[in-house]
Amino acid sequence: MSSTTLPPATESRCSYLNLDKADYNVALICNAYSQKMGKKDIIKINNVIDINYDFLGLIDPNATVNIIEEGKTIKKVKLEVPDRVENIIRCKNPRCVTSVEHYFPHVFHLVDKEKRSYRCEYCDDIVVPYPVK
Amino acid sequence: MLKNRSLIDPNDFTREEFREIFDLGHQIIADPAKYSKSCEGKILATLFYEPSTRTRLSFETAMLRLGGQVIGFSEAASSSTAKGESIADTLRTVECYADIAAMRHPKEGAPRLASHYIHMPLINAGDGGHQHPTQTLTDILTIERLRGNVENKTYGFCGDLKFGRTVHSLVKFLSNYEGVKFIFISPEELRVPEYIREEVVRKRGIPFQEVDQMEPYMNQLDFLYMTRVQRERFFNEEDYIRLKDRFILDKEKMSYARPDTYILHPLPRVNEISTEVDDDPRAQYFQQAKNGMYVRMALILKLLGIY
Repeated sequence: MSSTTLPPATESRCSYLNLDKADYNVALICNAYSQKMGKKDIIKINNVIDINYDFLGLIDPNATVNIIEEGKTIKKVKLEVPDRVENIIRCKNPRCVTSVEHYFPHVFHLVDKEKRSYRCEYCDDIVVPYPVK
Repeated sequence: MLKNRSLIDPNDFTREEFREIFDLGHQIIADPAKYSKSCEGKILATLFYEPSTRTRLSFETAMLRLGGQVIGFSEAASSSTAKGESIADTLRTVECYADIAAMRHPKEGAPRLASHYIHMPLINAGDGGHQHPTQTLTDILTIERLRGNVENKTYGFCGDLKFGRTVHSLVKFLSNYEGVKFIFISPEELRVPEYIREEVVRKRGIPFQEVDQMEPYMNQLDFLYMTRVQRERFFNEEDYIRLKDRFILDKEKMSYARPDTYILHPLPRVNEISTEVDDDPRAQYFQQAKNGMYVRMALILKLLGIY
């Protein structure tokens, strides 16, 4: 069993993890007490699933993933804004080679950690896939 | 060591590596005959998915003047691209035949993509409105021949700075040197892209201005780099027609420039420089084209590891 701790706007973000289509138990707890942030949201996933930490860090770098086995937290993963992401973001520049050739990975490099902006490896176009709210 | 490397972006090589290329370029200009058999037995492939006169002929002439041979195509329609072949497959096939390739493509990033699939040196000969690093080599060699070095100078860029790949490459390159300043002269719609302004110029603390008039800034410039508004980069013909003749350099505007302000242009020129300026000794764009051949000779020699 694992649980993921996310700040507000959690519910919509569950869809990024495909939890809305899950065939196992998923609990969503909103406004739980947090020593650091005052309050937090918790997604509790009653299953062993593959989590793409880059993807999750891109959506919300403040989240923490707790891996729980037999009621004990065996590992805590503090997410970060990834320096490089592959096949998570797609380039929207219609002049980019990625718009016409489709057999290679879509690679983006972090430009600004605060803004969470990324640069396309091929055309250098800058995107902010998940703007900071 | 430049042997077997590719030049896709002006930041692919260090300052010292570029220095090697420019030094060899100056040596070739001084004694071209010395290099006339340097590439005997070598083949350059020119893969031009988009029309070009100067760049393609410049590459081909460079290889021929080095004693090498040339294969290739000059438009996508005459290659297997017309049958639906991918860029990667075309390049992997060409690698079986050639020792080095120069590639132009209308899509931005196509040479970067291609470089991931081959081992021979690949030169980006222009990718859409993105980068054109060998035009930058041409520009820098010309600047060095006119003024000794690129440092501590004010560069004006005028015209289509949004889609002008030669501008993007040159700004990226110059941003590595001390004491440079930029004045970007363009209509608001054709200003330099965000990644150039923010990630290259502003990040390196280079003084720059974005303006929409030429005359008040002419006397501040060491070099004025004029560019064409490129019809092929516009999705909307009306925008092109509205913007194409916004800046025209003529004798009257040249009267505001200093006696030592040189005019450069990657060519082809349409209306943006009046032909009456051509006889002005400060107009250096045709000499620039000639320098392009020499610096491409130097680049080919370096990437093949011959010099």
